[in-house]
Amino acid sequence: MTTTRAAAILLAKELRLEFRTRELLSATIVFALVIVVLFSFAFDPTAAESRRYGPGLLWIAFLFAGSLMLNPSFAREQSNDTLDALRMAPISPFAILSAKMLANFIFMSLVELVLVPVFSVLYNVSLAGVAGRLALVLVLGTIGLTVTGTVFSAIASHARMRELLLPLLLLPILTPLLIAAVEATASLLVDQPELDRTWVASLAGFDIVFLTASWLLCDYLIEE
Amino acid sequence: MKGRIATTIVVGALIFFAGYAALFLAPDEKTMHVIQRIFYFHVPSWIAMFVAFSVVFVANIAYLATRKATWDCLGVSAAEVGVVCCTIGLATGPLWARPVWGIWWTWDARLTTTFILWLLYISYLLLRGLLDDPEKKATLSAVFGIFAFLDVPLVYVSNRLWRTQHPQPVILGGNGSGLDPTMGKVLLLCVIAVMGVMIIVLFDRYRLERLRHEFEELRLEVETRDLTPASILGKEST
Repeated sequence: MTTTRAAAILLAKELRLEFRTRELLSATIVFALVIVVLFSFAFDPTAAESRRYGPGLLWIAFLFAGSLMLNPSFAREQSNDTLDALRMAPISPFAILSAKMLANFIFMSLVELVLVPVFSVLYNVSLAGVAGRLALVLVLGTIGLTVTGTVFSAIASHARMRELLLPLLLLPILTPLLIAAVEATASLLVDQPELDRTWVASLAGFDIVFLTASWLLCDYLIEE
Repeated sequence: MKGRIATTIVVGALIFFAGYAALFLAPDEKTMHVIQRIFYFHVPSWIAMFVAFSVVFVANIAYLATRKATWDCLGVSAAEVGVVCCTIGLATGPLWARPVWGIWWTWDARLTTTFILWLLYISYLLLRGLLDDPEKKATLSAVFGIFAFLDVPLVYVSNRLWRTQHPQPVILGGNGSGLDPTMGKVLLLCVIAVMGVMIIVLFDRYRLERLRHEFEELRLEVETRDLTPASILGKEST
């Protein structure tokens, strides 16, 4: 079986598993909303300040929500030792990993799809004119988040205190992604929005570096 | 053992002399005066840190390629030594920055990068502590170590694009940079001395890790055998 076909089947399995209960998605969306709401209590921003702090808030909410959401990705395979079954299948380990990355990417995108309009309404930031460009930034940022996050979820799933460990491993590594994503988003929230190419290139660079690294190292992550 | 004592004495004398040279032999800096002398330990500790973290990276790759426990022992030892050097650098930096820049800390490219580096390698050590199975610990922490090392240039570049305040490198820093020749010699001495200390500590830490690893293996071996008094006595009677 080709890697693509195996990954597609596994992706369907991941999605079916999640959409049966939707518990991971709903919990993550609510968590991200809580961060957005708490932020307004902590800083009480005016409309102009929202535009300045908004991108940072949005990405901090995504990063925190992501670092919690990615935890069960590998951990929930453990209760029934289902990862062993996947390992025994005659497919490449990258198929297993990339299916999980794609599934997490879809979950995270759904969270963003809910959160961005809510943010726009609550903080009076108009996003209508920049939706397409914002989507590009969100996609590139989310790829970086889910690629590294899925790899670290595989690492943390073997450890004690994994719920605490994953954010600890993931968040420092995501610093360059956070800077680039926030700056690129900020360039879209000003009066004359113009997408900052440097930051988009940085985001793409981050994605490429870690996607390649996870492709090279996935054998070690999935092995027994 | 004799060689070990001799090296310690030599490196001890070196670090002592390096301290003396940094405080008394190096010429006074024009604007910063005595404060500038912290530079003779600040810069060598960064160099030592960089060497240590590079050793971690090489050891991580070598472990994944060969699966020899020695590489894993080297990786964790170098990570610990690197974190110590990094802590020294992060502590001496603000001591210098407060009188010279007027602030303890700034979110500049180099400062932020090393701070993130420090966090990353502490997470590396924490991760090792939380993984129980020795083989899993070695493999997964090696993967994490490689990811962490790959992140360093990205953190640096993004912070560089973002904002920077740190003095530009005075050595090999292009036009207009350069050190007074005596300062250069003192710095070289300090780098050699600090590297010497780092290598001795790394060597000792590595030996300790090997012993620990060996002990762990023996313990596992003993646990798998039946060593209850009854079974031993039973064997003797037959």
